[in-house]
Amino acid sequence: MKIAIPVDEKNMEANVCISFGRTPYFLIHDTESKECSFLDNSAASSQGGAGIKAAQFLVDNKTDILLTPRCGENAAQVIKAADIKMYKTIPGSARDNINAFAEGKLPVLEEIHAGFHGHGEK
Amino acid sequence: MKIAVLSGKGGTGKTLVSVNLASAAEESVYLDCDVEEPNGHLFFKPENLWEEEISVKIPAVHEKQCSGCRVCVDLCKFNALAYIKNRLVVFDEVCHSCGGCILLCPEKAMNEKEKIIGKIQKGVSGQVTVYTGMMNTGEASGVPIIKKLLNDSRKAKGITAFIDCPPGSACTVMESIRDADYCILIAEPTLFGVHNLNMVYELVKLFRKPYGVVLNKCQEGENPAERFCEEKGIRILGRIPFDNELGALNSNAKIAVRESEKYRTVFLSLLETVKKEVRHEAAVNP
Ligand code: SF4
Ligand code: SF4
Repeated sequence: MKIAIPVDEKNMEANVCISFGRTPYFLIHDTESKECSFLDNSAASSQGGAGIKAAQFLVDNKTDILLTPRCGENAAQVIKAADIKMYKTIPGSARDNINAFAEGKLPVLEEIHAGFHGHGEK
Repeated sequence: MKIAVLSGKGGTGKTLVSVNLASAAEESVYLDCDVEEPNGHLFFKPENLWEEEISVKIPAVHEKQCSGCRVCVDLCKFNALAYIKNRLVVFDEVCHSCGGCILLCPEKAMNEKEKIIGKIQKGVSGQVTVYTGMMNTGEASGVPIIKKLLNDSRKAKGITAFIDCPPGSACTVMESIRDADYCILIAEPTLFGVHNLNMVYELVKLFRKPYGVVLNKCQEGENPAERFCEEKGIRILGRIPFDNELGALNSNAKIAVRESEKYRTVFLSLLETVKKEVRHEAAVNP
């Protein structure tokens, strides 16, 4: 099973990034091989629709689980259509969250915030 | 003559100034281009309403023809397309109707379809013809509505038009001032007001539009916006005092010029100043 987490830096102690679409990196953790990799999020610099692009990126990387503090409407639509399950992160590092998830301590992410479509002026 | 009224953020008095200038003029057109939150019509309460829906073209996919090549997904710079589980998904509200995907799909699997994004409304209030652009919530861009609004108002030739612009300096504002002969920037007397003023000041300079500033909510004492204008050598067209009477009229959705002789005089003299500026501009930069 592959778990993805938006992170601020390329290491296990990095904080979870508050923005899913604009996170600089995704940590991908493989629960079978226990391997971790860090992927650059190409959506971070896109003009609009960053959430959709980031979600597409996770779909293409065959992610099964997404741990994130929040998620926008459009991204959630992509993620749900791809049967990726979303859980809400707790404050702490990427490692803390992977452990918490393994222990079944993370709640399913249900609140989806309305997107800031358009030009990000609001 | 087209006069655009701008401000860096909402609530600075943009609508107050444009509504009252339009009411002070003998015969005029008022265009509400603040399509996300048009509120000029609340003051004018226009009658004989006429409405037209505005639609844009967005892609529709024929799934049978789609090969899943993802050319369109990579091409769309607004990321309005996603390919999930062998299916192409179009995010209607993110799409900017550029038509690129339809044009470049190698399988010709995409067609145009119409989507309604809002409407324009036209009505009369006294001697003012009121045009209002209204965008449905969540839509990507109000530009198509603003274009149609400005186009329709062109029929009213020879009459002064006042354009109530959206707040900020995004592309909807650029569209709104495109044809303007003159821009009035509204500024509040605070440091934050200076920041907002600077935003629209940069924009009108970029567009090489003649402009001047109206200082709103003026009180005794220091006015950072006024100082900013003096430093930059910006023409100050007028000052609107901060007083309770105007505030009360405004919050009851009343047009000050139509209710009080005092404000009639204030806005008439502002209108004269602006007209003089426009004529001066026309003489210097024909
Ligand atoms: S470009 Fe055409 S064929 Fe390719 S994925 Fe998009 S719709 Fe399908
Ligand atoms: S029309 Fe343009 S903006 Fe809309 S989905 Fe196609 S490429 Fe993207």
